[in-house]
Amino acid sequence: MPEHEADGSPHTATPQVADFLRRRREQIAQRWADEPLFRTVFTVSRDEAVEAGKAVVDALAEVADAGRVEDPDAAGFSGVREQLARMGTARSRAGLSVTQVSSELSALWPPVDNLLLADLDQAPPEQVRTCAITLSRLLGTLRLVAMQTALSEGQALIDRQRMQLLEVATPVIKLWDGIVAVPLIGTLDSARSQVVMETLLNSVVEQHARFAILDITGVPTVDSLVAQHLMKTVAAARLMGAECVVSGIRPAIAQTIVHLGLDLGSVLTRASLADALAYCLHQLGTDIVDATPGGANLR
Amino acid sequence: MHTAAGAEARLPIRSDMDLVWVRQHVRQAAALIGFGLVDQTKLVTAASELARNTLVHGGGGQMEAARVSEHGTEGLRLVFTDTGPGIADLDRALSDGYTSGDGLGMGLGGARRLVHDFEVVSSPESGTTVRVTSWVTRPPRPREES
Amino acid sequence: MNESSPRHVAGHVPVLRLGDVLLVTLQGDLYDSAAQQLQQDLAETIAHSRVTGVVIDISGVEVVDSFLGRVLAEIAAQAELLAARTVVAGMRPAVAITLVELGLSLPGLRTALTTEAALELLDRPIVTPRSGGRRQERP
Repeated sequence: MPEHEADGSPHTATPQVADFLRRRREQIAQRWADEPLFRTVFTVSRDEAVEAGKAVVDALAEVADAGRVEDPDAAGFSGVREQLARMGTARSRAGLSVTQVSSELSALWPPVDNLLLADLDQAPPEQVRTCAITLSRLLGTLRLVAMQTALSEGQALIDRQRMQLLEVATPVIKLWDGIVAVPLIGTLDSARSQVVMETLLNSVVEQHARFAILDITGVPTVDSLVAQHLMKTVAAARLMGAECVVSGIRPAIAQTIVHLGLDLGSVLTRASLADALAYCLHQLGTDIVDATPGGANLR
Repeated sequence: MHTAAGAEARLPIRSDMDLVWVRQHVRQAAALIGFGLVDQTKLVTAASELARNTLVHGGGGQMEAARVSEHGTEGLRLVFTDTGPGIADLDRALSDGYTSGDGLGMGLGGARRLVHDFEVVSSPESGTTVRVTSWVTRPPRPREES
Repeated sequence: MNESSPRHVAGHVPVLRLGDVLLVTLQGDLYDSAAQQLQQDLAETIAHSRVTGVVIDISGVEVVDSFLGRVLAEIAAQAELLAARTVVAGMRPAVAITLVELGLSLPGLRTALTTEAALELLDRPIVTPRSGGRRQERP
């Protein structure tokens, strides 16, 4: 994006504001260091907070120089983006809501404004007004930048948690030497099916499992996309040298599958997890025998 | 934060040796951008299909790789260009089972299934350009930090 | 970590003979020409010696595209014609998922988790190669 020329109006005050920020850099940073946003994030020493404040002041001055006080994408912000993200994340981790973080950012404005007014004590009111407006726009943009970065950090956190949840919800259990199973509970969407497929296939390798059982007893519905994923999992397992059995297809799901015209022909299915296990054991050369008096019946 | 450097490249596709380079570059770039192992493998495989297409049917050409970012999502874009005879029947070339030479007829159609965005422009005058993009759909695994 | 030359590039594939079984280990990234050479070499070796089985270990292969997939399928098919059975062993999960997504599920191919499992499989009496599944239903 090309740098804008310092536009004449309506921010004629940008050079003055930039000058002011550079002149008062130390004082602004000192005052910010006492604000919760800096004080609670930069806890090593007060100097650390002051340095962080100076970095932000420098960024603001640079943005003002470029005359881009209302542009959150201004090059000047790029240097402090990471720091702002860190501050935002730290505050939301401390339990603050977005609104609270936002108001802490707003709290940065009064100390700067006071300094500006003190500096412009003798200036004509018109100049004071334009300077104050320019400064408030600049700080408004800073808040926007900080919120943007904080929100994207927040989104990343949500994504990570969602991912962890998916993994937690997909426990692979070793049922026997060479047999792993994953009991699926809850709705299967495309993202989760993907995780299930990867988790199951990885454990096939780790456990040297010749058989993998996908138990869908706890899955309320199966649509064509999920069925497709099941079939892909089966095909991928086969390529790896393992056999995949799908168990626990409830009558309602069986009906849906028939209604949708889905062909699960290539998928080996069993009514229950127990049946699937018995099948796999038999294939491995082990059979379950009832030790009841009166004889051993093959299960 | 990663820098853009490392993902960007322009690689010639003139021999099967170059295919190896293409695969290795795409692997490294995808890992750098944060693709998971399965998605890396899908991208590398798609790149291999398309590069071979460029080599076998386009008489050679090049691949350009670039890191892209949209709405906060990171991605990898690969553009394969050749100045060959172009693809006469694009719809057919994209349909499954179609093959005009090597492979099992999975070249273009198969590659399309391995990426998120797929775009092909072809004419007898200007050759063929295939542009594919994949996005880091899933967040990177949480790093081991306490 | 920038390598100045492609890493793990195999220009020639070693073939090891274990009794009447050929053990082929593919490692890293393979030139197309090396894969084709392997296909030819194997055909000749099988034809000229009493080999009854071929095990191709691909646990060290990170990418199988349609070209390599085709080579594997053709090796298996030509071995079959020469009365030898082929087992592809050790395909990684990511590779398997990608092949399926690519539309290449190689239905005629025998597979095993590991080389050991493949050798064990070859030891067993001949069963028809599974078409769409190693299906041995219980009676």
